[in-house]
Amino acid sequence: MAGKTLYDKLWDAHLVTERDDGSALIYIDRQIIHEVTSPQAFEGLRLAGRQPWRVGANFATLDHNVPTTPFSNASEIVDDTSRIQVQTLEDNTRSFGIREFGIGDVRQGIVHVMAPEQGAVLPGMTVVCGDSHTSTNGALGCLAHGIGTSEVEHVLATQCLVAKKMKNMQVRVEGDLGPGVTAKDVVLHIIGVIGTAGGNGHALEFAGSAIESLSMEGRMTICNMSIEAGARAGMVAVDDKTIAYCEGRPFAPTGEQWDQAVAYWRTLRSDDDAVFDTLVEIDAAEIQPQVSWGTSPEMVLPVGATLPDPDSETDAVKRSGMVRAYEYMGLTPGMKISDIHVDRVFIGSCTNSRIEDLRAAAEVARGRKKSDSVKQVLVVPGSGLVKRQAEEEGLDKIFLAAGFEWREPGCSMCLAMNPDRLLPGEHCASTSNRNFEGRQGNGGRTHLVSPAMAAAAAVAGHFVDIRRFAEEA
Amino acid sequence: MDKFTTLDGLVAPLDRANVDTDQIIPKQFLKSIKRTGFGPNLFDEWRYLDEGQPGRDNSQRPLNTDFVLNQPRYQGAQILLTRRNFGCGSSREHAPWALLDYGFRAIIAPSFADIFFNNCFKNGVLPIVLPEAVIDALFDEVEQTEGYTLNVDLAGQYVQRPNGERTAFEVDPFRKHCLLNGLDDIGLTLQDADAIHAYEAARQKKEPWVFVE
Repeated sequence: MAGKTLYDKLWDAHLVTERDDGSALIYIDRQIIHEVTSPQAFEGLRLAGRQPWRVGANFATLDHNVPTTPFSNASEIVDDTSRIQVQTLEDNTRSFGIREFGIGDVRQGIVHVMAPEQGAVLPGMTVVCGDSHTSTNGALGCLAHGIGTSEVEHVLATQCLVAKKMKNMQVRVEGDLGPGVTAKDVVLHIIGVIGTAGGNGHALEFAGSAIESLSMEGRMTICNMSIEAGARAGMVAVDDKTIAYCEGRPFAPTGEQWDQAVAYWRTLRSDDDAVFDTLVEIDAAEIQPQVSWGTSPEMVLPVGATLPDPDSETDAVKRSGMVRAYEYMGLTPGMKISDIHVDRVFIGSCTNSRIEDLRAAAEVARGRKKSDSVKQVLVVPGSGLVKRQAEEEGLDKIFLAAGFEWREPGCSMCLAMNPDRLLPGEHCASTSNRNFEGRQGNGGRTHLVSPAMAAAAAVAGHFVDIRRFAEEA
Repeated sequence: MDKFTTLDGLVAPLDRANVDTDQIIPKQFLKSIKRTGFGPNLFDEWRYLDEGQPGRDNSQRPLNTDFVLNQPRYQGAQILLTRRNFGCGSSREHAPWALLDYGFRAIIAPSFADIFFNNCFKNGVLPIVLPEAVIDALFDEVEQTEGYTLNVDLAGQYVQRPNGERTAFEVDPFRKHCLLNGLDDIGLTLQDADAIHAYEAARQKKEPWVFVE
């Protein structure tokens, strides 16, 4: 019999019961809650007279709606609908007794930054949240994926999900990453290769020496965007880095339980003879710094490339998508990526707002200035703790000296549900995860890049190859 | 949840691939704390020429007359015909809420994004996967025939064209059962409460750190 994949192991360990019709009840260890996708779930609980099955399994914080300028109380949020949503979460967590890291708490931040940082999420767990980027948490060797609001309610009420086992997929990235190539470039490259539907129906494990060489933050960036590759869940096997990352976190076990946990966590890797339904192999040496040019994350190219000609695309559906993307983005085939000028730059989001991301951006910004042609550069740490650490390292001073803005934690310009947004027609170098039409503001034009590439674009006023940036600047 | 048994509905074609949930219902409408009322803002950025805001009277807004759902022949459509990877991106359940609130009960595509697909079933909306060649043919027929309808039979698992031709589709038995009967699956899961308690007791022995207060 073939060995088990990491996903097989996680699935088997959480199987409560299997039904005759092929569906299963899967136990959920952690639910992370934010203000946007939870109000209707709490309302549903109330209407049915139900209580949370296991209150301690839930961790709530505020991220999507919160302004990133300083404020101390929800009542200061100017936008009525945002304020009501924030206050609704505060009311719901209070009345159901759910732990919340609220406004003014240093632990408040983007759900997928807060959860690993607190040790709320640990290897071997099943983790859900009403947010598709929940896959981020899979970097710790857990089964983590986004769910809809009906399932948020279902998990609150039963601590389980009705699920069907997904297929197994592995993307192996072998070899050494070149200089200037980051986790973000790796995952954008993968999406460029397999497409935004490439992982549909699969649990996606990232493996290979290039993935192993990444820090935990880098692995989180990769797993974060598995959903942009079509896979609800992304994951990486547990190794020494995973265990070192978890040690000492507020909600991690200690003493004897820690030793017991580590012994179990070390088994959380795909067996050598495990079989994957889909296997993709990528040579790390081929990956270059990436820039997305269109309105789907699969419309992505190496920074040195020129924009593709739709006429050379043989698939009619893809061709019409490209034509529409060119129209929306205001770009033309044959144009060089380095000739795309940027109006704003956003460094943040659940993809790239951890300390390592801020360090990489600061390294580029150090001693340099934002281009006069760039209207705004936002640097938004993923949590209050990331912000504090960055300030201890002096990163905020580097950004401010470069003319960048240093903000409070939140989702910010990733999705324009708060005051940070693009104006119609503006091009943005963004470290976020989606370049969909209107995502960063109605009519806004998003280009997905790594933190270093975003900072370099802020300085140059257009996209530049980070590998040659030092010489040019 | 409303039952879904059979549907004889007008078909509207949305000839785009990778339609994401940000497009289905843009972010500003996610600030609602309700499940209803999203229909007027379905595909907001494509349907209207200005930027929509929650609470605005949508009847006064300038329509994008080129957008397919604004064409008179597709008014009252209950079946959306579209292209591959429909519903990709954000997990927002507001997407099926908006489609349902607008009047769509079934969506036909060559493929769907996983989370959206799952969310549809929780709301009485049936996502139907048909082969790409069949989808191509349906787009042609819809285009050529004003008032084009399809008959969807969930119990029989087929889509029937006006000429009587039937195409079968797959559906997960549990989801089919819930849709046919309009069942709330929380109640069903709670029937297994003993199994959940037993599972927790066993896990707690092996991995006590999972069970923080």
